[in-house]
Amino acid sequence: MQFMLLFSRQGKLRLQKWYVPLSDKEKKKITRELVQTVLARKPKMCSFLEWRDLKIVYKRYASLYFCCAIEDQDNELITLEIIHRYVELLDKYFGSVCELDIIFNFEKAYFILDEFLLGGEVQETSKKNVLKAIEQADLLQEVSKHTETPRSVLEEIGLT
Amino acid sequence: MCVADTARDVSGNAHCKSKEAEIKRINKELANIRSKFKGDKALDGYSKKKYVCKLLFIFLLGHDIDFGHMEAVNLLSSNRYTEKQIGYLFISVLVNSNSELIRLINNAIKNDLASRNPTFMGLALHCIANVGSREMAEAFAGEIPKILVAGDTMDSVKQSAALCLLRLYRTSPDLVPMGDWTSRVVHLLNDQHLGVVTAATSLITTLAQKNPEEFKTSVSLAVSRLSRIVTSASTDLQDYTYYFVPAPWLSVKLLRLLQCYPPPDPAVRGRLTECLETILNKAQEPPKSKKVQHSNAKNAVLFEAISLIIHHDSEPNLLVRACNQLGQFLQHRETNLRYLALESMCTLASSEFSHEAVKTHIETVINALKTERDVSVRQRAVDLLYAMCDRSNAQQIVAEMLNYLETADYSIREEIVLKVAILAEKYAVDYTWYVDTILNLIRIAGDYVSEEVWYRVIQIVINRDDVQGYAAKTVFEALQAPACHENLVKVGGYILGEFGNLIAGDPRSSPLIQFNLLHSKFHLCSVPTRALLLSTYIKFVNLFPEIKTTIQDVLRSDSQLKNADVELQQRAVEYLRLSTIASTDILATVLEEMPPFPERESSILAKLKKKKGPSTVTDLEETKKERSADMNGGTEPAPVNASAVSTPSPSADLLGLGTGPPPNAAPAPASSGSLLVDVFSEPASAVTQLAPGSQENFASPDLASSELVSEEPSEAARGADELTHKFVCKNNGVLFENQLLQIGLKSEFRQNLGRMFIFYGNKTSTQFLTFTPTLICSDELQSNLNLQTKPVDPTVDGGAQVQQVVNIECISDFTEAPVLNIQFRYGGTFQNVSVKLPITLNKFFQPTEMASQDFFQRWKQLSNPQQEVQNIFKAKHPMDPEITKAKIIGFGSALLEEVDPNPANFVGAGIIHTRTAQIGCLLRLEPNLQAQMYRLTLRTSKETVSQRLCELLSEQF
Repeated sequence: MQFMLLFSRQGKLRLQKWYVPLSDKEKKKITRELVQTVLARKPKMCSFLEWRDLKIVYKRYASLYFCCAIEDQDNELITLEIIHRYVELLDKYFGSVCELDIIFNFEKAYFILDEFLLGGEVQETSKKNVLKAIEQADLLQEVSKHTETPRSVLEEIGLT
Repeated sequence: MCVADTARDVSGNAHCKSKEAEIKRINKELANIRSKFKGDKALDGYSKKKYVCKLLFIFLLGHDIDFGHMEAVNLLSSNRYTEKQIGYLFISVLVNSNSELIRLINNAIKNDLASRNPTFMGLALHCIANVGSREMAEAFAGEIPKILVAGDTMDSVKQSAALCLLRLYRTSPDLVPMGDWTSRVVHLLNDQHLGVVTAATSLITTLAQKNPEEFKTSVSLAVSRLSRIVTSASTDLQDYTYYFVPAPWLSVKLLRLLQCYPPPDPAVRGRLTECLETILNKAQEPPKSKKVQHSNAKNAVLFEAISLIIHHDSEPNLLVRACNQLGQFLQHRETNLRYLALESMCTLASSEFSHEAVKTHIETVINALKTERDVSVRQRAVDLLYAMCDRSNAQQIVAEMLNYLETADYSIREEIVLKVAILAEKYAVDYTWYVDTILNLIRIAGDYVSEEVWYRVIQIVINRDDVQGYAAKTVFEALQAPACHENLVKVGGYILGEFGNLIAGDPRSSPLIQFNLLHSKFHLCSVPTRALLLSTYIKFVNLFPEIKTTIQDVLRSDSQLKNADVELQQRAVEYLRLSTIASTDILATVLEEMPPFPERESSILAKLKKKKGPSTVTDLEETKKERSADMNGGTEPAPVNASAVSTPSPSADLLGLGTGPPPNAAPAPASSGSLLVDVFSEPASAVTQLAPGSQENFASPDLASSELVSEEPSEAARGADELTHKFVCKNNGVLFENQLLQIGLKSEFRQNLGRMFIFYGNKTSTQFLTFTPTLICSDELQSNLNLQTKPVDPTVDGGAQVQQVVNIECISDFTEAPVLNIQFRYGGTFQNVSVKLPITLNKFFQPTEMASQDFFQRWKQLSNPQQEVQNIFKAKHPMDPEITKAKIIGFGSALLEEVDPNPANFVGAGIIHTRTAQIGCLLRLEPNLQAQMYRLTLRTSKETVSQRLCELLSEQF
C-alpha cells in the first residue's frame, strides 16, 4: 500500500498515512485530486478505480471515506477488508466510533493503525492482539499520568 | 485526556464560521505556541507535550507547520511513555527527512531499541518504518535483522522488525546486506504465531523479488503453510479467521510470494495444485455468511489464486477453470466482482491455453460496455475487448468500440481512439476497412484523434499502393460533408496532394473540383493545417498542370502573400516562385510522390504505452528505468541513417540539415521536429520543405510524434554503450531524449584536441531549476583525457535551450568514456540523468594517405604479436560496401583504394594524436559475403590502441 487517507463527506482530511516518501506539496496535490475524484462518485459505483499508475480502493462508512492507494499487483478485495478491519478496530476501541472520535483522538487512530499496518503491509490481523497492544499502552499512559504534577485549572483556562 | 482537551482548545476554530476566522485563530494559536517554545522559562514535559500535540492537530487540520520538531525530539527522548509516544507520533507524521534532527532522533531510537522494553522497542520500530529515510537505513539496517531473528524477541516486536526492515529495504536496498539471517527469516514461515508469519511473508516476498536464489527454500514452506490454511476448519485459526474465512490476508500474501517463482518441483507442485483446486472448489460452495466481508475475503483469496494460475501459465485445466469462474463473476450482481473479473480476464486472454475460452465471453463483455453504469467498469470492458481481439473477431470488436465511442465518457475517449486505431491496423486484412475505420474515428471523435493516429494512416496509405486510390476516393467523399473535422482536412489534404491524380479521371472529382473542395475549408483551419494545404496546392501544380494558374492566383492573393503568419507567408512566396521559375522536370523531381516510410513499431502503440506509463507517485529511479526499458523494447533499432553516414566529416551540420539532402530524401532527416532543428538549421530552403508533411506539419515537441518522421529521437534513449557506438563514426546528433529534456551534440576534433558543444533543450513549458550538468571521469580516465568546461546557467526556461562547451585534450590513449550527469528540479521533483559522452579514442585520428607499397611495408613492420589485434564477427547490418566505406572514413582513418589486392577488402591508415605520443594505425577489413562475417585486423605501434580501436570499429558493421 502506498498511502491511506480518511476524509469526510465535506472533503476534510481526517487522517493521512504515507508509506512512500513524497514532498508535502505532492501529498497535498494527491489528496486534493483524490478527495475530489472519490467524492464525485455515485454510491452504487464500484469501489476500485485506476488513478495514475495506482489502484484506488475506497469505501464509505457513515460520514467518512476510507481510501487506500495500492500498487498494480496488489489485491483489491483484501484491501477493502483491510479498511473494514481497521474500522472494526476503531469501533471496538471507541465503542461505535464516529467522526468526532477520530478528530479528537487522532493520536489513538494513528496508534491503532500502526499496530495493524506497518510500512504499508498488514502486521497483525487479529483484532484481539491489536487491541491488547493498545490497551497496554493506555495502561502505561495512566501510570505516567499519575506521576505528573497536577496543573492548576486557572492555567488550563489561560491557555485557550 | 490531555490530547482531547488540547484538540478541543484549538478546534474551536474547526467550527468557525468563515475560513478567514479559522486562519486568524490558528495563527494566533501558532504565535502563542511559538512564544512558549522560545520563552525564557524552560517548559516542563507536560506543557511541551501539550503544545506539540496542538501543533499536530493544527497540521492535521491542513495547515503548514514548520517548527516544533526540536521539542518533539525532546519528548521522544523522555522516559515517560506518554511524552515519548507523542514525540514519536509528531516525528512520524511531520518529519522532514533532510533535517539535522534525524541524527538526534536516531540516537533516541537507538536507546529505545536497546531498552529491551517491548513497548518502547515497538514505538521505535514503528517510527523507523514510518519515516524510512536513508539516514535511518544507514543507522539501523544492520541492527534490525538481529532483532528479527533473535530467539528471545517478543512476537509483536518480531512483526514490527520484519516490516520495518521491509520498509528500509524498499528505500535503500543497498544498505540491507543479505546474510545468515535470511535463512532464519525464511523459517519464520513455520512460526506458530500467525501474526509473525503474516509480517514475515511480506518481507520475504519483497526480498525474494530481487534475490530469488537466496529465498528459494521459501517456496515449499509457503506451499505447506498455505495447504494447512485452506484445509483448516473455519474455527481452527481462532482470531485469524475472518468472517468464516481462515487467514485470508496470510493466504493472499503466500500466493503472492509464490508468484515470485516459476512452478515448483513436481512433488511440491502436486500439493500446490491441490490447494488451488480447493480454493476454486470453495468458490462453488454456498456462502457461510451473507455478510459482504465473507464473500470479499473468500474472493480475495480466489482472485490471488487465479493470478498465480495465470502467472504459472502451465496448467491448462486450472486456466480454463479460472476462466469459467471469472465468467460467472462477469454477471455477478456485485459491481466490484464484475470489475475484477473483467480485469483478471484481461491477463487470462494473453495465455494461449485460455485465449479461446476468454473469447467465448465476448457477448457478455460487449453487453457490459453498453449497460454498465460505472465508467471504471466500462473502461475495464474496453480493455478486455482489446485484449481478446484477434483476426477472427476484430471486425466485430472494432465496430462495437466505434459504437461505444459515440457516447463514451470524455475521460476515456482518447484511449479508445488509440485502441481502435491499433486494432484496425493490426488486424486489417483489407486495408480499405482500415481506412474506413480511421475516417470514422475522425468523424466520431475528431477532437480525440491525436496526431499519432492521423500520421499513421498517412504512413500506411503511402506505404501500400493497393489502397491509395480507395483512400483518395474516400477522403474526397468525406470532405463533402458541410462540417468536417480539421483532422479530416489534414488527412484529406495530404492524401489528395499525393494521390489526387488517381481519382482525377472521374469528372465528379476533377482536379479543379478537388482543389475547390480543399480550398473551401482553408479559411476555417488553423495555421498548421493551412500550411499543410499550401503544400498540397504546390503538389497539385505538379500533379495537375491544367489548374496551375488557378493555384498561382490563390498563392498570389494578398491574404497569402501578406499573411501575418510568417510561416504561411513564406510558403506562399516560395511556392509561388517555385511554380513560376522551375521547369516541369524540376517540379516533378521536387514534388515527387513521398517515398515509403521505414517500417517500425506503430507510433500509436508507443503513445498508448506512454499513456499507461508511470506517473509521479512511483519511485523516480524506477520510473526512469521503466521508461527507458519501454523505449528500448519499443522501437526497432533503426537502420543507420544514410545521410548521417555519408556526411561524416567534422564540419557536417547536425542532422545533415545544412548540406541540403537530395530533394527526394527530404522528409527523412529534415523533419525531426525537435528543438535542435531550430538551432542548427539555417532557414530551410524551399526544396527541403516541399513534401506536404515535412517540417512544421509534423513538427511537434512531443517525442512520440517526432518519432514518426525522424530517426534521431527514437534512437535517443538507448543503452549507454549502444549510444556511444552510434557516435563512433559521427560527431553530431541527439545524445539523449526523454519527455523533459533533449541533449544534442555537435563536436569537432583536430589532432589531439577537440571541442564539444552540448545543447540542453527544455521540452516542457516549465522552468528547470538548479540545472547542473557534471562531467564525471574515473581517476584513470582523468589522467588520459583532459576535459574543461564552464558551469551553465542553473535556470533553463520552458522551451529554451542552453549550450555548454567542453574543451577536450587527449593526453594518452584511453578506453572508458566520460559520463555526463545532469541534475535538475522540474515541478518539484528532482531529476537525475546520466549518459555516456561519446568521446572515443578514434576521434583523435588524422587520416594518412599512402601507396600500396608503403602500406604493406609498414604493415610488415608492425608484425609484433602485441601490435596486432584481430576480430572475426558476424555482420549486424546489411553488407553494403558504400556504407562500409563511409563508416571507415567516419571512423577517422583514410580509406586507401587500390591497395589491397582483393578489391572487396578495405584498408585504412591514420595516426592517433595524443599529447604524449603519436600512434600510427593500419587497419584491414575483410568481408565474407557468404558467411555474412567480417574479419577486422588492426596493427598499431601500441597494444592498447590496437585493442580499443578494434573494439570500437567492430561494433559498426
